Amino acid sequence: MAKSVSNQVSAGLPAATGLTSRQREAIAGYVFVLPDALGLLIFIGIPMMLALALAFFDVDGFGGYRFVGIKNYQRLALDPLFWKSFWVTVTYVVWLVPALYVTGLGLALLVKRTNAFNGMMRSLFFMPQMVSLVVVALVWQVLAVDKIGMIPRLVSALGLGSVSFLGSPELALFAVVFVSVWFLMGFYMLIFLGGLQDIPGEYYEAARIDGAGPLASFWYITLPLLRPTSFFVLIVSMVAAVAGAQTFDLIYVMTRGGPANSTMMTIYYIYQQAFQYNAFGYAGALASILVLALMAITILLFVLTRGGRFNYE
Amino acid sequence: MNKPGLAFSLSQVRIVRGVQMLVTLILAVMTVFPLFWMISTAFKQPSDVFSMNLIPEAPTLRNFVYVFTEVNFLRYLFNTLVVSASVTLIALLFHSMSGYALARLRFPGREVIFMTMFSTFLVSLPVIIVPLFILVRTLGMLNSYAGLIIPAIFNAFGIFLLRQYYLSIPRELEEAAVIDGAGYWRIYWSLILPLSRPLLSSLAILFFLTNWNAFLWPLTITSDQELWMVQVGISAFKGQYSASWNYIMAASTIVAAPTLILFLIFQRQIMDSIKTSGLK
Repeated sequence: MAKSVSNQVSAGLPAATGLTSRQREAIAGYVFVLPDALGLLIFIGIPMMLALALAFFDVDGFGGYRFVGIKNYQRLALDPLFWKSFWVTVTYVVWLVPALYVTGLGLALLVKRTNAFNGMMRSLFFMPQMVSLVVVALVWQVLAVDKIGMIPRLVSALGLGSVSFLGSPELALFAVVFVSVWFLMGFYMLIFLGGLQDIPGEYYEAARIDGAGPLASFWYITLPLLRPTSFFVLIVSMVAAVAGAQTFDLIYVMTRGGPANSTMMTIYYIYQQAFQYNAFGYAGALASILVLALMAITILLFVLTRGGRFNYE
Repeated sequence: MNKPGLAFSLSQVRIVRGVQMLVTLILAVMTVFPLFWMISTAFKQPSDVFSMNLIPEAPTLRNFVYVFTEVNFLRYLFNTLVVSASVTLIALLFHSMSGYALARLRFPGREVIFMTMFSTFLVSLPVIIVPLFILVRTLGMLNSYAGLIIPAIFNAFGIFLLRQYYLSIPRELEEAAVIDGAGYWRIYWSLILPLSRPLLSSLAILFFLTNWNAFLWPLTITSDQELWMVQVGISAFKGQYSASWNYIMAASTIVAAPTLILFLIFQRQIMDSIKTSGLK
């Protein structure tokens, strides 16, 4: 009843403009969406397409373009530094993603119960997230200054000798992984807390009555029911590790890809080629490889999880 | 009836809880320790920087004075405030407009538009930094506030969250407004916006923080120091004063203070909005 009345009323109004109410609603819809749609198209959509096109051109510093075919890709295939950056990125992902999963979930389980104490602890674990990665990189550099910084002094006090964390090619990448975990674990803790809260308490109750210990109920209830959250965490942390601005910031301020290119990640290499050597076309070719890799990862994870659905028959 | 759950006495449970709290507390203190170290170093004398004590022996404000007088830090702070506030306001307006339309208005192609917008979600800045730079340079926006602000406005995350929120508003409210003869802009402005105030304020905090902490984009498009934002400023400052950690930590403390204070005030809101953003 009410619905038909409102239809009549709103159908009656636009007579003055000569449009039906449906047409008016559609026009309003397009107008409301327009600013965001245009902005996303211009500042993300077009650059995305340009990224793929740019790879086939040589661009000089003054904006002159010359079509060079697949020359940039030939150069890329033979560029040892690109391959180095590729393996550095893979290593970073392989260490960081599981570390974030374990620390994020571990912290979430530790502060799962809702009370004042845990609320405060959650805030403390999350606090590093509030600080920019430029500041984060600077703070950890102070702590890790060779010989006189707090961490090297603690390490040598433990009898492990004088270690240079950011100065040695063997350790620098692990230092970057460590700082990334420190920065990001609070964020994933919150995501996991959201997931844990969705698991009905009765499940644990029932398991306990059946005689299941804490380990068993973690293995048979928590982990399986957390699969959607886990999927989200894996995708987001992987994409962020490969292509996130945060990874770039950390490398730029903390190591600049060094020492001896041991932290030269692909996103940093792209930036260097474009803005230090003005090789925009080559940087485009590198970026297109990154786009393909990200798409491949996403599709692979989608297939593995049967389209991101988690109903277990 | 021997339930394992009852096998522990109350005092044993209490001990386990106590140990768990202690472990949590130690981990949490270790987590925030580097931030305290930053603040502590900012107040230390140059000769004292690498002493192991957390409380400076002879606290001084000289590092802060130096940062403000020797570097154009106030200018960087001003730029960052202008850019972050503008991006936040415009983004909230645009995203709530499109969120409203995508959730409440019926028009052909709505789902396609939403899916296309949403598919930009995983595109990160470093991947498109080179073409975006070329595009913005072509538009003549290098070294300008417009170049700092406009490209930072658009992201699918805010649109997605607002659309989800607007989907849950009961239709009767809108119908009442339609009967009153209200146009769509009025419904949006005086009905939908006030209803979504809690979400809008959480998003405002998140957008502001993100832009305050942004580094890569400002670094890429501003070579003119008059337009630098704070993160670019301290990164360059580090390049100049690479061994003067007391100055660098003072600068870092200044840059981190506003976001840390925002967090202390709005921690519940910030953490809640992140907790829900992970779920679909």
